[in-house]
Amino acid sequence: MFVFHLKRTAKLGIKSLWMHKLRSTLTTLGIIFGVSSVIAMLAIGEGASQATQDQIARLGSRNIIVKTVSPPEDKEVSGQNQSMREYGLTYLDAERFRDSMPNAEVVVPSRRLPQQAWYRNRKVAVEVIGTVPWYPEISPIQLKSGRFLGSIDMHHKQAVCVIDENVVKELFVFDDPLDLDVKIRGDYYRVIGVVSPEDLGPTGKGLENGEPKPKGQGGANVGSIYVPLTTVKNRFGETSIQYSGSSGRSVERVELQEITVKVGAMNEVLPTRDILETLLNRFHKKDDYQVVVPLELLKQAKQTQRIFSIVLGSIAAISLLVGGIGIMNIMLATVSERTREIGIRRALGARKRDIVLQFLSETLLLTLLGGILGISLGSLVPFLVTHFGHMPTVITGGSLLLAFGISGMIGVIFGLYPAYRAANMDPIQSLRHE
Amino acid sequence: MIRHNDKPMNFNADTPILLMERLCKSYLLGAVELKVLREVALAINSGEYVAIMGPSGSGKSTLLNMIGCLDRPTSGDYWLGGQNVALLDDDELSLIRGSRIGFIFQSFNLINQLNVVENIEVPMYYQGYSEHQSAQRARELATMVGLGERLGHRPSELSGGQQQRVAIARALVNDPLIILADEPTGNLDSESGTEILKILMDLHRQGKTLIVVTHDEHIAESAGRIVEIFDGQIRHR
Repeated sequence: MFVFHLKRTAKLGIKSLWMHKLRSTLTTLGIIFGVSSVIAMLAIGEGASQATQDQIARLGSRNIIVKTVSPPEDKEVSGQNQSMREYGLTYLDAERFRDSMPNAEVVVPSRRLPQQAWYRNRKVAVEVIGTVPWYPEISPIQLKSGRFLGSIDMHHKQAVCVIDENVVKELFVFDDPLDLDVKIRGDYYRVIGVVSPEDLGPTGKGLENGEPKPKGQGGANVGSIYVPLTTVKNRFGETSIQYSGSSGRSVERVELQEITVKVGAMNEVLPTRDILETLLNRFHKKDDYQVVVPLELLKQAKQTQRIFSIVLGSIAAISLLVGGIGIMNIMLATVSERTREIGIRRALGARKRDIVLQFLSETLLLTLLGGILGISLGSLVPFLVTHFGHMPTVITGGSLLLAFGISGMIGVIFGLYPAYRAANMDPIQSLRHE
Repeated sequence: MIRHNDKPMNFNADTPILLMERLCKSYLLGAVELKVLREVALAINSGEYVAIMGPSGSGKSTLLNMIGCLDRPTSGDYWLGGQNVALLDDDELSLIRGSRIGFIFQSFNLINQLNVVENIEVPMYYQGYSEHQSAQRARELATMVGLGERLGHRPSELSGGQQQRVAIARALVNDPLIILADEPTGNLDSESGTEILKILMDLHRQGKTLIVVTHDEHIAESAGRIVEIFDGQIRHR
């Protein structure tokens, strides 16, 4: 019976709204834009957040990455350019990690050298990564064909390499790279395997180094070539000479660019990081290393994303609020315009609550209609953003429900006052109203 | 929700259907108390046709509002169908208006966005009748007042006389105890006015209790009794 009554109330509401099509449409527009902006903002925020978290997760949430950085104070102290600067992580560090930290599951030392790789007459810039056979454990790379580096390769310092698919695409184009030779700095390396690229995306690369790398230094290479660490030590040595401007050259000696430690569980990451830093502190007088914990980055990123979401959400909420005020304004105008109708209905037996229900249902109809249209429009916007703006977006079911709920709530909140005002008008004066 | 089954059972023909005793109504105009009705006493029996007359400013409209339960008296009693409505709250007064009083206004007071049938249905809607029941009764009544051909028309598409006939049908729809008409022919040309008067006479002949507030001597003459109000007090002619 009550549902039946509601149906008639809704019918009456639709009829009244239909009488003023333009007015209803304009009023609804406020809610449509409000709701769709809530959905679009949340989708964009969620998309950005998931993309960042994805990239960080690819760095490995159980990894602790220690990197060699060139110590800043050293530059000032060593006034003479001739002297050899010696800094960075050493093989000894890697051994210490392995021996003194029980919860380190794997320790992966690696060297990273920007080089040029040749195949026939083609040349590309690559990063040569001298590493150990268990490197895949700390990296998201996946073997596509052939095999990864083995212990035998390490032991015999073989001239073999594993290349990633980007290098294949640029260097070999149509040839199957397996068992072909790549020339790097005058030596030939046989390709024994192909892996998927260790692609961290632009954001990931930035996070990996603490700050985005300027293009041209390390970012310009097309991909990675993995070579046994022992082979790299043999062929490339540990010193590098950099010519800087007219003043001369600087000679640097760096053993390892990176040591990655993987622990057994996520909750061991932070304690292990502390031990690791204590250990490094004891043996490194200079500030020549940097510890990166992807898990911490993930936490920071989440926090940043939360602020981002709150800001976006507030903007959307404000537009919804404005829409709601617009509705209230129109409903107040409608109430005063229909004073006489209210008086007639009151004289014919309508109770105050009947009048409240009548006007509230009209407001609710407007806002829920706006909510539905807003959800449709709001679902379309992220799609367009992804398609044309190349930004990831994610529409969650929760955000749709939230937007719909909010629009209903706005209907009730902003509809109640005009409805009460209508109900509390004096029937005698309403009847006389012209 | 259904409120149409609670008609009083405890009154018969010789007790008045409407009884006002020492009914007063005063308004506060600033610090001055303006007494509009002074100890009004009025009794109307079932089936009577009463005309209420009086010059403007005499308290006629206020008395009409009192009878119609649109307003509450300051003091005194008002028995309608054996129930003292002077003591009721707003919701209960709404119920009384919807179920026991049929209003006919000078300016018709139809709802513009509703058609003839829907306008007639309004009082039934608030008494909780189903759509099916009320639509059927509304159609019957519209046909009875001669608007069977115009059920789907809007008030703006009808002449004044036709609009007032819709209003009469609306006043009858809940089978009220009294029909209260406020200058029912005031906005009509004489021809339509005569028609409306004829319908009212017919209703009286069918046994309806009719109270008409009017300036029009012609209408007053057709009534069985004329009650004159002057300066807030009743004078029986």
